[in-house]
Amino acid sequence: MKKCFIRLAVLAVLSVFPIKFCLAVDIKEVESKGGIRAWLVQNPSVPVISMSFAFRSGAVSDPAGKEGRAQFVASMLDEGAGDLNSEEFQGKIEDLSVRLRFRANLETFSGSIQTLKQNRAEAFKLLALALNKPRFDQDPFLRVRAQLSASLMLDQEEPDRIASRVWYRSVFRNHPYGRPIGGTLASISKINREDLVLFSNSFFSRKNLLIGVAGDIGPDELSMRLDEIFGDLPKGTDREMLAKPEIQMEGKTIVVEKSLPQSVALFGHRGFKRTDPEWYAAYIVNRILGGGGFSSRLMEEVREKRGLAYGVYSWLNPFESVGLIMGSVATSNSRVKDSLDIIRGEWRKMSELSISEEELQEAKNYINGSFPLRLDSTRRIAQMLLAVQVNRLGIEYLNRRASIINSVTRDQVKTVAKRLLDPGLFTVVVVGKPAGISSSQ
Amino acid sequence: MIKFLLVALSSMALFSYSGRTAVFNPETYTLSNGMQVVVVTNRSAPAVVQMVWYKVGAADEPRGQSGIAHFLEHLMFKGTKYTPPGEFSKIVARNGGTDNAFTSQDFTAYYQKVARSKLELVMKLEAERMTKLVLTDKEVLPERDVVLEERSSRTDNSPAAQLFEAQQTALYLNHPYRHPVIGWEHEIRELSTENALRFYKKFYAPNNAILIVSGDVSLEEIKPLAEKHYGSISVGAEIVRTRSAEPKHRAARRVSLSSAQVRQPSLSRIYITSCYRTAQKREAYALQVLAEILGGGTRSRLYRSLVLEQKKAISASVWYNPTALDYGEFGISVTPRDNLSLAQIERALDRELLEIKTKSISADEIKRAAKKLTAEAVYARDSLMAAPNIIGRALTTGQSIEDLEEWPERIMSVRVSDVVAAANKTLVLRNSVTSLLTPKKREGQ
Repeated sequence: MKKCFIRLAVLAVLSVFPIKFCLAVDIKEVESKGGIRAWLVQNPSVPVISMSFAFRSGAVSDPAGKEGRAQFVASMLDEGAGDLNSEEFQGKIEDLSVRLRFRANLETFSGSIQTLKQNRAEAFKLLALALNKPRFDQDPFLRVRAQLSASLMLDQEEPDRIASRVWYRSVFRNHPYGRPIGGTLASISKINREDLVLFSNSFFSRKNLLIGVAGDIGPDELSMRLDEIFGDLPKGTDREMLAKPEIQMEGKTIVVEKSLPQSVALFGHRGFKRTDPEWYAAYIVNRILGGGGFSSRLMEEVREKRGLAYGVYSWLNPFESVGLIMGSVATSNSRVKDSLDIIRGEWRKMSELSISEEELQEAKNYINGSFPLRLDSTRRIAQMLLAVQVNRLGIEYLNRRASIINSVTRDQVKTVAKRLLDPGLFTVVVVGKPAGISSSQ
Repeated sequence: MIKFLLVALSSMALFSYSGRTAVFNPETYTLSNGMQVVVVTNRSAPAVVQMVWYKVGAADEPRGQSGIAHFLEHLMFKGTKYTPPGEFSKIVARNGGTDNAFTSQDFTAYYQKVARSKLELVMKLEAERMTKLVLTDKEVLPERDVVLEERSSRTDNSPAAQLFEAQQTALYLNHPYRHPVIGWEHEIRELSTENALRFYKKFYAPNNAILIVSGDVSLEEIKPLAEKHYGSISVGAEIVRTRSAEPKHRAARRVSLSSAQVRQPSLSRIYITSCYRTAQKREAYALQVLAEILGGGTRSRLYRSLVLEQKKAISASVWYNPTALDYGEFGISVTPRDNLSLAQIERALDRELLEIKTKSISADEIKRAAKKLTAEAVYARDSLMAAPNIIGRALTTGQSIEDLEEWPERIMSVRVSDVVAAANKTLVLRNSVTSLLTPKKREGQ
């Protein structure tokens, strides 16, 4: 059994406002007899166990015309498995107070389970059944399809959702990145039972499985549970890599006219992948520009000084084969043009001018100080352990993160901001009746 | 992501936290100026959450100034005698922390999550803005625009939220819970710096506040800090929360909204009922068990009958919010399947409600519901934020720490007869509003 112990003591070297923060968690890598690996943070203070796991394959694998297949599978896994029908399965979940969730993401299919320690044996058995022997019975199949359709209907006129659908479609065209994870009313209606079986048979495998666990369980027991839950899955084969999408970046503006009092805008352009060597400098650039709440430049200029919006944000959105930087704002129709002009101006300013040493230091303090505060429950620790593995950062990452952030210099930030930000490439989607803005061409 | 979370009184978020506790083992004492201090020790990370709760919310606003409680919450970030405008959150951020605030009908709360070593800093900042807020039109007026944009995002762009507002005005004929927490647009537009300061001076004082700290500290450790920063604030005038009561309800009410923005119809019904503070004996606990039996999960009556057996609905949910100062709300919401009309789904719902009122509830159903509810109390301990949230909501709405700690026992002690009595008392149409949300056919369709 391979084990490594990491003591995370994040000691920031800071000049302005020193922050010491000890994460105080030991991460163990546990490997089962059957060769299944998981990262574990053992914490016996509350009798709860949280596990998060993911397979590397998600909605991008949905066949054209059957978009929404992965999400359909995610919605069906607690609807009966093995010799338990839907009602029996869900009845057990409820009687044991187990929290079991599955979720289709674009490039992963993830799941999480939370259980009281006393119920863990039965809880993990149910998870094993769901993954190994999902039934996809007719009755729940039809009901879930109706539920998925209803949720698509709910989304259909939601301004944020419209903006997102239109943005991704116009940027990625027919590439799977451009399609909605949940599919469409038409595609959902074309998915049949065999499609779900095919997905679970081909993608639930040990090969691309990643697991994070936190809570009241030790490495020896976990090792045994890993084999119980995941040991019977097929070994699996290497995935086909997705073709790199061609991003359509023409600096387009698209107005989707809706009679709403407030326009919702989504904007952005190509960015960095998670594996880019300059990722951390880009992360800092985004933090200063519009990431992370109240103290960003966009928030200052759009909200604080001018009262143009309740919120304005930017974020890095890395996919496996391409990265994006995006942002959003919602402002009344008569003033949304002002918001977008200011945002473009700040984007340009950030790409052209240096930031001060103080601003850089404050961003680093926030990034390093707030990170461990997120790990305040076993569920969130398990999620973080999983995310680090999904991003292929290595078990020592949590230990190194603060010093990587601290090593970024002003010059690097300047160079990276110039490389990253280009308001000329903005694709902007505005949903509403924005005054003074119309679709390009 | 969302700054200044607005808490709708009957939101699910509120319900899911309502009193699900009992095992926090909080320590508490009261400063000489009347400010209560509560500490929940959780040593799993060297982090702390500080929350300061004020016993004031939208339902305490002067008539014609709807939204002032929430507006003031925004303005509390604008600066004091010692902290320049807009600096509060920046100081917290550059010290590696996060902060936010929220307002409901009954309370207003401010919080920061920081490393343990930063606790004193945020205590100093929070104590300072309790009595030393400085407001000028230069900061206040743009912030009023921010609130108007916030209202647009939440309500004016959303038919479901507009229907919710109409539903609340119909549910409460006279009590201020009828006004939205964020305020009516035309009244927000008129709110002034002077309005905000007057409201602030009336309600923001140590004798109307509760300090709750959870995380890597004990009461013993924070006592000197609490004394230094909060204990030194002079006690304010006595605060009396006066609110108009509801008259007898004589007519069932219905509200409906159809919009081109709606594609999926839905029906909900809210009954006005008792809350923890006003309930007789075990009633508030029985109503939680009732909500669970009716709509909690896939074995619940509504889900079994409407979704699984009759296949008339795609979802059915039930909630009850007992954590309010004056009235509780018991709500049901159903989404019909396929092209079933709302009238048909309502008939099916009414049959189920009649059934639970008149036919027997099994002891097994009660037991299962109670077990499920109390398991939530264990999960609630597995989080830094849950304890101060639950405790704050309880203490600002008339509950005591003992009430919270005994919550699992009280839930377990609910009998069949309690649930039947609570169902018959609460599920009465004249105490309710039924809301219908429907699509509007567009031209050419």
